[in-house]
Amino acid sequence: MSKIGAFLLYTLMIIVALICLGPFLWLLSTSLKTGENLYAFPPQFIPNPITFENYVKVFDIMPLWNYMWNTVVMTASGVGLNIIFCLITAYPLARLSFPGRNFIFFAIISTMILPNAAGMIVNFITINKLGLYNSMMGVVIPSAISVFNVFLLRQAFITIPREMEDSARVDGAGEFRIFCSIMVPMIKPTISTVLIFDFMAFWNSFLWPIIVLDDPKKYPLAPALSYLQGSLSFNFAYIAVGTIISIIPIIVIFLILQKQFINGMVGAVKG
Amino acid sequence: MAKATITNLRKKRLIFSYAMLTPGIIVLLVFTFYPIVYGLPLAFTNYSVIEDTKWVGMANFNRMYADPDFWLALQNSLLYVICVPVIQILAILMAVLVNNKLRGVHFFRVAYFIPVVTSMVAAAIAWKWVYEEKGVLNYILQALGVIKEPVSWMALPGIALFAAMGVTVWKGLGYYMMIYLAGLQSVPVELQEAARIDGASRWRVIWSITIPLLQPFILVCTIMSVMGAVRVFDEIFVMFGPKGDPAGATLVTGVYTYKLAFIDFNFGYAATVGLIVSLMIMIFTILSFRFNRRGGMSYYE
Repeated sequence: MSKIGAFLLYTLMIIVALICLGPFLWLLSTSLKTGENLYAFPPQFIPNPITFENYVKVFDIMPLWNYMWNTVVMTASGVGLNIIFCLITAYPLARLSFPGRNFIFFAIISTMILPNAAGMIVNFITINKLGLYNSMMGVVIPSAISVFNVFLLRQAFITIPREMEDSARVDGAGEFRIFCSIMVPMIKPTISTVLIFDFMAFWNSFLWPIIVLDDPKKYPLAPALSYLQGSLSFNFAYIAVGTIISIIPIIVIFLILQKQFINGMVGAVKG
Repeated sequence: MAKATITNLRKKRLIFSYAMLTPGIIVLLVFTFYPIVYGLPLAFTNYSVIEDTKWVGMANFNRMYADPDFWLALQNSLLYVICVPVIQILAILMAVLVNNKLRGVHFFRVAYFIPVVTSMVAAAIAWKWVYEEKGVLNYILQALGVIKEPVSWMALPGIALFAAMGVTVWKGLGYYMMIYLAGLQSVPVELQEAARIDGASRWRVIWSITIPLLQPFILVCTIMSVMGAVRVFDEIFVMFGPKGDPAGATLVTGVYTYKLAFIDFNFGYAATVGLIVSLMIMIFTILSFRFNRRGGMSYYE
């Protein structure tokens, strides 16, 4: 490629990168500004002076620790429950034969196509009747199992060669032992894909938590930030700090596991 | 003796299978199957927090027919589909742009993907700030000479919905770009090279060879993003609230259903609106798969 061509491509790629990252960079810049510079026009792209005061003060002004803790609890319990429930459901459907296996599998898969028009409304009514309204349990329990993950894990379990299982059986290992110490480790790549999907879904979840949780103190970060910025009673710099703090964990994990993220999300479509 | 052990083993395995399945199946029955089965009759009742639940027949459908907010929401949701071609075209161009072997190209691909992994709430808050009347977008556009006066992106009824679409497009680009990039890399390069050698311009190659080869990917991506556009919720809700301000200009079906169900607690009627929207999505999906089978996928078969 010619030098001019390469220069042109780099210029274009940088412009696109600025558009893709711009809003977050602008938010970051805002979060480092002193109050009087917040609405300065023309805007200061690089804050002058740069201050970390907002990052310290924000914890006195809004219960950010609380929201972070709620997010961690929701994500950890949601991901944990989901992966366990999906694994134990997918395994018998893939590796064991019993009456009704195909019926159960197709019934589960059919829910991916059937329209679920009032899903959230009906689930809200159910959560209320179970007495789980305004509880974290109510937020995570409907997602304790997801059909798509069951499907992915079942496909992965199917590909494990029979011999692995047989030799363990000859050695006298019990069914649960075989499942835990032989079969699950064999499908680690698929499990990590599912973990990434789950982590993203729970960390970023917004609508269902605001439906189930009545008390804003119980909100995870995303709903809390939406609620706080809507109330207009906070200096925007603090909202910016909160938002930056909420996206850092997911961006860091993405940067570490970028290959798995991209292959997982794109691969699921190409399937 | 040996036979007894085998039956015993089989029995054990059977019990094990059902024991493993039970917890997951219970959750699925309650939170996945039950809503599908109960969601339909719910649309024909007046289920709400004030009255006793009764079967009301077509009353909800009649109410919907006469409800200007429903039609406004439906119109806005359909209008929202405008962002689909915009996303797809920009995503293809971005995929073409990063489908090179320059040093550091991987960095750019990763950077473009960052909006995809972050929450829509964070994206909407960031954009709300960008759209401020004295904000950075107005400043840049004024500096470039595109506009003379600052525009209130969020407050003008004619513009607000498009401002929300901007966020949707921006957040989806990286995702579709990656799919198209995977598509580009699975397409044989010989064709494009041959055309280049024959003297076709770079644009001509993209338009006449690359894009037709990407057609199966374009179809799948279009279906996904139409569904996403009709179901849009988070960005509208965070930026414009549950009433679709200003003056209902951003009221879409997702937000309207939310308001009916979880602010007015009018579950029966909300289910009716939800039912109509998901029927529309279902019909669209079936039609596009039909079309898909006839045209698109045949390229590689």
